[in-house]
Amino acid sequence: MTNPGPMICPFCGPRDAGEFRYGGDPKAARPAFGSSDAEWAGYLYVRENARGVAKEYWVHSQGCGQWLIAERDTVTHVIQRISEATA
Amino acid sequence: MTGPVRIAKAGGCALPFTFAGRSMQGRAGDTIASALLANGISTVGRSFKYRRPRGILSAGEDEPNAIVDVTLNGVRVPNVRATTQALEAGMQVSPVLGRGAALLTKLLSPFLASGFYYKTFLWPNWHMFEPAIRRMAGLGRIDPASRMSAGPGGNLSVDLCVVGAGRSGLRAAIRGAQAGQSVLLVERQDVPGGSSLWRGGDGVAGLLSEARAVGVTVWTGSTAFGAYENGRLGVHRQGDSVTLGGSLWVVQAAEVVLATGAIERPMLFERNDLPGVMLADATLNYLRRHGVLCGARPIVATNNDSAYPVALALAEVGAKVTVVDSRPPSERSAAAAKRGIRVLTRARIARALGRGRVSGMVLADGQRIEGDLIAVSGGWTPTLHLYCQAGGKAIWDEGKSILVPAFPVPGISLAGRVAGKWEAPDDLPWAWSAAPEIPGDGVSRKVWIDLQNDVTLGDVELAARENFTSIEHLKRYTTLGMATDQGKTANLLGAAAMAQATGRATTDLGLTTYRPPYVPVPMAALAGLSRGPVQSPLRRLAAEAAHRAMGATLWDYGGLLRPAFYGADEGSIVEECLAARQGAVVFDASSLGKVAVMGPKAGELLDFLFAGRMSTLQPGRIRYGLTLNEAGIVTDDGVVLCLGPDHFLVSCSSSHVGGFVASAEEWRQTRFGRDAVLIHDRTAHWATMSLSGPKAKAIMAGLGIVGTLDDDAFPHMAFVMGQFMGREARVARVSFTGERGYEISVPAGLAVALWPSLIEAGAVPCGIEALGVLRAEKGFIYVGQDTDGETMPHDLGFDAPRLKRRMGFVGDRALQLPVAGDADRKQLVGLAREGGGVIPAGAHLIEDGPRRSIGFVTSSHQSPSLGRGIALALIEGGRARIGEQVTWFDLGKTGRATVTPACAYDPDGSRLHV
Amino acid sequence: MTAARRKPRYSALALLREGLRGQSGWGPAWRSPEPKRRYDAVIIGGGGHGLSAAYHLAKDHGVTNVLVIEKAWLGGGNTGRNTTIIRSNYFNRESQDLYDASLKLYEGLSRELNYNIMFSQRGSIELAHSAADMEGLRRVVNAMQVSGIESSLLSRDEVLAMVPLLDPSPNTRWPVVGAAIQRRAGVARHDAVAWGYARAADGFGVDIVQSCAVSGFLIQGGRVKGVETPFGLIEADVFGMAVAGASPEMARLAGFKLPLLCMTLQAMVSEPLKPCLNHVVASTPNGAYVSQSDKGELVIGGGLEHVPSFARRGDLRKTAEVLASVVEMFPAFSTLKLMRQWGGTVDTSPDNSPILGPSPVPNLYLNCGWGTGGFKAIPIGGKMLAHLMATGKHHALSAPFGLERFATGRLIDEAHAGVAHD
Repeated sequence: MTNPGPMICPFCGPRDAGEFRYGGDPKAARPAFGSSDAEWAGYLYVRENARGVAKEYWVHSQGCGQWLIAERDTVTHVIQRISEATA
Repeated sequence: MTGPVRIAKAGGCALPFTFAGRSMQGRAGDTIASALLANGISTVGRSFKYRRPRGILSAGEDEPNAIVDVTLNGVRVPNVRATTQALEAGMQVSPVLGRGAALLTKLLSPFLASGFYYKTFLWPNWHMFEPAIRRMAGLGRIDPASRMSAGPGGNLSVDLCVVGAGRSGLRAAIRGAQAGQSVLLVERQDVPGGSSLWRGGDGVAGLLSEARAVGVTVWTGSTAFGAYENGRLGVHRQGDSVTLGGSLWVVQAAEVVLATGAIERPMLFERNDLPGVMLADATLNYLRRHGVLCGARPIVATNNDSAYPVALALAEVGAKVTVVDSRPPSERSAAAAKRGIRVLTRARIARALGRGRVSGMVLADGQRIEGDLIAVSGGWTPTLHLYCQAGGKAIWDEGKSILVPAFPVPGISLAGRVAGKWEAPDDLPWAWSAAPEIPGDGVSRKVWIDLQNDVTLGDVELAARENFTSIEHLKRYTTLGMATDQGKTANLLGAAAMAQATGRATTDLGLTTYRPPYVPVPMAALAGLSRGPVQSPLRRLAAEAAHRAMGATLWDYGGLLRPAFYGADEGSIVEECLAARQGAVVFDASSLGKVAVMGPKAGELLDFLFAGRMSTLQPGRIRYGLTLNEAGIVTDDGVVLCLGPDHFLVSCSSSHVGGFVASAEEWRQTRFGRDAVLIHDRTAHWATMSLSGPKAKAIMAGLGIVGTLDDDAFPHMAFVMGQFMGREARVARVSFTGERGYEISVPAGLAVALWPSLIEAGAVPCGIEALGVLRAEKGFIYVGQDTDGETMPHDLGFDAPRLKRRMGFVGDRALQLPVAGDADRKQLVGLAREGGGVIPAGAHLIEDGPRRSIGFVTSSHQSPSLGRGIALALIEGGRARIGEQVTWFDLGKTGRATVTPACAYDPDGSRLHV
Repeated sequence: MTAARRKPRYSALALLREGLRGQSGWGPAWRSPEPKRRYDAVIIGGGGHGLSAAYHLAKDHGVTNVLVIEKAWLGGGNTGRNTTIIRSNYFNRESQDLYDASLKLYEGLSRELNYNIMFSQRGSIELAHSAADMEGLRRVVNAMQVSGIESSLLSRDEVLAMVPLLDPSPNTRWPVVGAAIQRRAGVARHDAVAWGYARAADGFGVDIVQSCAVSGFLIQGGRVKGVETPFGLIEADVFGMAVAGASPEMARLAGFKLPLLCMTLQAMVSEPLKPCLNHVVASTPNGAYVSQSDKGELVIGGGLEHVPSFARRGDLRKTAEVLASVVEMFPAFSTLKLMRQWGGTVDTSPDNSPILGPSPVPNLYLNCGWGTGGFKAIPIGGKMLAHLMATGKHHALSAPFGLERFATGRLIDEAHAGVAHD
């Protein structure tokens, strides 16, 4: 068994983790304008915040600038899967 | 003659040094500790709390006592570990703790048990006592003038990193390299070989040359001090001198083999902190590596077999050795006896004897033994630190009497002694592991466990009585294991003592978390080369040289180095302001964003990003807009230029370019689709000079960059393309001063040519300070300065997003939240101070009864054009207060001011057309 | 009034007596009883806030049939992992009132608890490196002065005289232009705060159980009936949670979500030195802050890594970044060595203000979201939670900090206003 190793950008290959920036929860559907105040607050502020593997947005901010979706363990910081984020 | 002495005649060249002011000689190859021992020094300092004399205990990074300050070449380095620091000629070595009030603390010591400070100093308060306590605490002294520099470090990626270049490490490295792996071998000592360097053992030289032959990279003088996330190791490579910080390397290894060995534990007996009590293995190290015999009549006290080779080696050089073994007789004890060594088995050491240093010991049965050195071996603790830092857990294996890893950690394997494997040095049975032995009842509790922090068995038992029984509470309550050695020799003994005191098994108690670094690491190395101007470097303008040539003073504006003003001092700001109102000024606006947004959905994206609609903009036209976040808070303002169908250029403010691009990219990629719109940050490609003032048009005409300046064809908030020096130029009619303005953008390389041509044409150079005054006179905001984390568009007077447009943009829904309709929202207004002076920026507006803040001044200046102070402020319900008087407060001073509209100069905007 | 009713008093005299008889007479600082099946109130979380809440339930409201449940060991979360700074230099009135009330409680805490928490009011200095920084500090200092809280500005020369190890050169990356100081601010012995509250609460009869993780809530009729523990179901009328770093998880167990994000904050100490730094010194622009503990170690903290994390461990990149700033400001620190580093999990709220108040489950109350600054709020945080649990209503000080503010948008934004760290 080997170490998890550096972060891998699907566009650029293995890169130092410092090149990436966390971008929040992958967007739940943006509530419709007619949604309630509480729904909007939920969209704005409530996060999954899972202990363990979580689906997250990351952006290769110091690299290709692409938005990515990572499945990352929030305890070990090991990324199990990473792919391009799509609209 | 008693005590340590150098017996090796031959050796490296002489190195003079001083210790506590006394001149001494060491040899090349010495550590500070070995040189001190060679000079007969056994007491190297005093203990932290009780000021008891302390001697050198070990020969490695586990040393609790031999901590010294070293001055060399005028640089003072505090808290140097004498047992691992190589001696250098000219070192002035001094103990970190002197005698102090030793007698006083001796008398007081019964009252200074663990945690005594929690139980007293309550009256009148802690401040009465703290200064004295602080002076007594602390080790080394910092020299305010001393500096240490770092060498260049870096990142290294390898297939295999082996930590520890003893035999096990060398073998692991060779195996890896033979299997085709790229291998880094990290060794903390100056030479590879590990404990073979003093324990002997064949084949190390052969292994080393084989390792080199198969391509293993060997780093000596390098300590892998921490295991971090995703398998990264922090490695410190030491400098060539104690005064150099060395360098930090981050090693990313697919596999890590720890061959870090084990640390010998002291034994617990009364007065076990007396100078002359040393670890058995250390005495062998000093003998074999440095030719120093630590005592002519050593008593080797042990509970395991590993001390026998030490006893034999000491005897071999003529020392009169007694072995005190707590176990029954064995083949090995018999063999030692056969070699003429006095061996006492089933013998337990009860107390050390001696005044100031060891002169003998008393056994549990009362028997006295003479000697000038007590070399102890209380068993071995595998160095599992990196494994634990990587997520492992060390547990006590009752059967094997040793600390073992509880479970495997992916990517990390163990080799050699750290894995509980130690090859026998001969054919006899080899029982080197042993459980710690904690003295039972009826024995003095003044038995030292943590030597540096003066934690005794009695302290552990007190913690147990007071219910600080969790291993972490033990550490924090008694400070056990929190000294510079981080409890390398003490932690397991402390845990065992607590287990005994609470009637539990050592296995139940566990150990405290192993926190990095394994050994203290120079901050200089960690800080690295990121010092001075290269630490979060400032961004600079293409025309910086031209500004400097004009006598500009440059200041840091949010990480951007920009001309503050031109001329000798801040007095020129007034002239720059007046020039803008009466003639023409030019300022370097190159850092304003120039972000292209293009493609079929460009207009749609911009409509979403801005609180105002942008897609309806016609080519050649410009529109001002605000961006919000999803909470409805203003994040930036800027203008958008329509370059052509589906092609826009966003000119956001200088400090928000990165933020705008990041947010635009996020929405583009996650909502609009990568193929429908493209964002391209061209900010650095173009230099922009902003010409402004009533004479701007005449100057523009003289430059001939654009064909027409006719206001009907080229009105305010429009742009045209032109040429400058044969290259494309874009001229936009926008204004941040309130005067007629032309923003001229040219390829960045032409900035140095454009600037002087504008000056020659009669424009006065204008810095950011004057610009700040001019725009404040107009009530134009700086987002972040004139807004805060609660400001919504309607607080700035832009009601349309909330009331008219309402939906379809970032932050739209938040503008309909209850908070957005609150009557007491802070709104941007102007202020005119009573009597005409300036209200300091940062002053608050207050309301009495009871006194509270109703807002604050965000920008404030003396206006040269108006001849009075002007200010912008965020005030609760501010717009409704226009015309009213308010009270301002600044650092205790108060005054009156009238609330005015934010725009104080040319409210109808006629100056734009002059 | 003596808080710890059933406890023998700590004093110089007691110390003298025990010194003479070999320290044999000290009893447990708190008991470790088997928990009962039922209590009037159960507090989840045996850190500073939870223990302070237990103490205030007993002292302020006479509720002593209380259980504190700790999943590991008392004070082992952020109470024992922070950089021990206590200050009240906040921008918004609501925050000022809350944190200054806490600071005032800290000022009397050693004597109130009969436990020396070593609150050292040495002053907290916030450096300005540019004219704009100075203007920002002036805005905060004035906000505090208007509210009657001591705070003032320092000139460059005054700062350099108080902190002589700062680099006086105008050419450093972080030149000293001036500073703000709150002189009543300072540092305390963090573990002692937890232990002092535990001992005092225990003296009132509060039960404290360690190594006991809550694994679920029994919710009946929309109310919490009990909590599942290794000791079985423990019932109570009212529940409070003060589990910084685990608040979202605990909320999930109770069936709701919180507007929080857990992140790792880095902290570290140097080897101990003779006194060389007599204040807390912080820089907002580079995010680093440093003070010297009574033991002599420099305690250094740094900016938060904005990544969801429960790692609770030291990170090399962030550490190096923080130390680079610290060494740039204090060049002589380049001769020192880093001795220990660690990380704490902080739960951060969108406005950098705490959440205090009812949860969506009626008889479960919240104390969370303190971000990086929970230590300074332990006395007031516990007092507020106790008030909520005992009365079912907000105290005036906690009222603005309820969960409902996120839906109304009435945030108490300290992220973009004052100094937001430690």
